[in-house]
Amino acid sequence: MSNPQAVTDHLMVELRDVNKWYGEFHVLKNINLQVKQGEKIVICGPSGSGKSTMIRCINRLEEHQKGDIIVNDVPLTEDLKNIELVRKDVGMVFQHFNLFPHLTVLENCVLAPIWVKKLPRKEAEKQAMELLERVKIPDQALKYPGQLSGGQQQRVAIARSLCMNPDVMLFDEPTSALDPEMIKEVLDVMVELAHEGMTMLCVTHEMGFAKTVADRVIFMDGGQIVEENEPHEFFENPQHERTQLFLSQILQH
Amino acid sequence: MKYDLQPTLPAPSNTIGVVAWMRKHLFNGPISSVATIVLGYFLISWLIPIIQWTILDADLFGESRDACTSGGACWVFINVRLNQFLYGFYPAEEYWRLNLAFVLLIGSIIWLVLPRTPFKGWMALFLLVVFPVIAYFLLYGNSFGLMQVETHLWGGLSLTLVLAVVGIVASLPLGILLALGRQSEMPIVRSVCIIFIEIWRGVPLITVLFMASVMLPLFFPEDMSFDKLLRALIGITLFQSAYMAEVIRGGLQAIPKGQYEAADALGLGYWQKMILIIMPQALKLMIPGIVNTFIALFKDTSLVLIIGLFDLLAIGQAANQDPKWIGYSTESYIFVALMFWVFCFSMSRYSMHLEHKLHTGHSNRA
Ligand SMILES: Nc1ncnc2c1ncn2[C@@H]1O[C@H](COP(=O)(O)OP(=O)(O)OP(=O)(O)O)[C@@H](O)[C@H]1O
Ligand SMILES: [Mg+2]
Repeated sequence: MSNPQAVTDHLMVELRDVNKWYGEFHVLKNINLQVKQGEKIVICGPSGSGKSTMIRCINRLEEHQKGDIIVNDVPLTEDLKNIELVRKDVGMVFQHFNLFPHLTVLENCVLAPIWVKKLPRKEAEKQAMELLERVKIPDQALKYPGQLSGGQQQRVAIARSLCMNPDVMLFDEPTSALDPEMIKEVLDVMVELAHEGMTMLCVTHEMGFAKTVADRVIFMDGGQIVEENEPHEFFENPQHERTQLFLSQILQH
Repeated sequence: MKYDLQPTLPAPSNTIGVVAWMRKHLFNGPISSVATIVLGYFLISWLIPIIQWTILDADLFGESRDACTSGGACWVFINVRLNQFLYGFYPAEEYWRLNLAFVLLIGSIIWLVLPRTPFKGWMALFLLVVFPVIAYFLLYGNSFGLMQVETHLWGGLSLTLVLAVVGIVASLPLGILLALGRQSEMPIVRSVCIIFIEIWRGVPLITVLFMASVMLPLFFPEDMSFDKLLRALIGITLFQSAYMAEVIRGGLQAIPKGQYEAADALGLGYWQKMILIIMPQALKLMIPGIVNTFIALFKDTSLVLIIGLFDLLAIGQAANQDPKWIGYSTESYIFVALMFWVFCFSMSRYSMHLEHKLHTGHSNRA
């Protein structure tokens, strides 16, 4: 790959007719989605529409009951080996950071490389420091998460995921638990990551971010994908009335 | 509009100092004053004779009951039999082995308890894994040139400590496994753990000990004789691990779901997730509960006297039967109670200290 920003033809994530139920409740209805290597997808939609559930199925934090999910050529099934393989390739950033409070920032970052990838500690620490530098908090490496601001914690969480050298990054509302002045510092890191060519699926209502980096915006409602378009078209010319309603609501403020 | 800076003033003198404290807490109005005086009178009139009996009028040194002439407590009785209270019937020339084990135990505990000592992790590992092995060879002997000392000779405080320490060291990991099993997604594992826990929690320890000493041998071939102490240890451990499991389950439930998910998302396996992420956080929350269980266990060890093991309490009772010392059982019971109290109170203080430390330290760690 000479140009890392280029989208290749390799299918990184593929969802085929994915259905999921919570007991009787049909949360995901016939979801079809293809994400090529290097593509950035932004997913939006009203609360309860199934956005989190969908991306959590991609690294099997949730189990789907029907259809196929294929990540980097590995199908997600009951097979623990496959789940293990997929989780090695997929990084995830949560709304509430979910850093490990009993470990320092650096220990948070080296834990998985050491125990999952069996990297020597020295090497893992070197790589972690490089990534902490990239998210602009190398000076906090020896602090505990509780001593950092929300924005700093979220950047640590991003660095922690990147330490596993994932091929895909999933973001579930990474900025919605943050105070307004911290949102930018996290978005900046994500934009940079996007420019470096990472494949990203991002649930967010930060429309500015969607306009800058997204290749496609997906709108979900009631457990299904209602509309899908490239950002310019999506915002200027929404097709579905539910999309129009949603956009008018979030763009009001 | 501009305001002047306000000066920092000392607190008014009638709100600080001993007199002010007494006025606020002891003589705060007529009812409080009367209560203080009445309770104070009873407390003092009750304490004076106790102090007189236990200390002022007591005799400590001597060879026999003839030395007890002052009319107070006859600590001579305890003094003369002190070795038995501490070591049971362990041969006197081998006392050093018990002493050494005790020093190792207390030393490593103090190491762990003191703040800012290095290598705490290794020390904990030593205490939980290496120390029991060393202690076994020290106490039982029969190797490394040490004389064998049969377990029926063990007794007194040292036996109580053996029971408590083995119970604690063995029931903690077993309790952790049971608690994890109870949360497991595998139905068979889960049911087995639930049944195990509920059975042991529903049976009194006395019953367990009777079963261990009387019934267990019936299930095994006659020539296979299990050591009585070993049977009691197994009974106590299984019994306490059920309680431990419930304490640990409580701690596990307090860990947010996000921690499990983050560990899963990073690709950690089940045991890695539990050992590296969940348990260290849960154990911190569980320390007060665990120490409570330890205290209960420590006191429960005295029940082994009903199956003929001579723990501290049983040694005290045996001493009371000595015709030369008839009439001094109060002294021996007080002494035994005091020993139990010293150990349990230290554990309880330590757990309070930890609770306090974790409470204040939480905001910048969580
Ligand atoms: N564990 C669960 N058990 C039962 N129902 C659930 C569970 N998790 C989520 N749901 C339901 O599934 C639906 C979709 O949830 P999901 O979290 O995916 O929505 P979302 O689009 O991410 O919403 P939000 O914007 O609020 O995060 C919701 O109606 C929710 O109540
Ligand atoms: Mg959500």
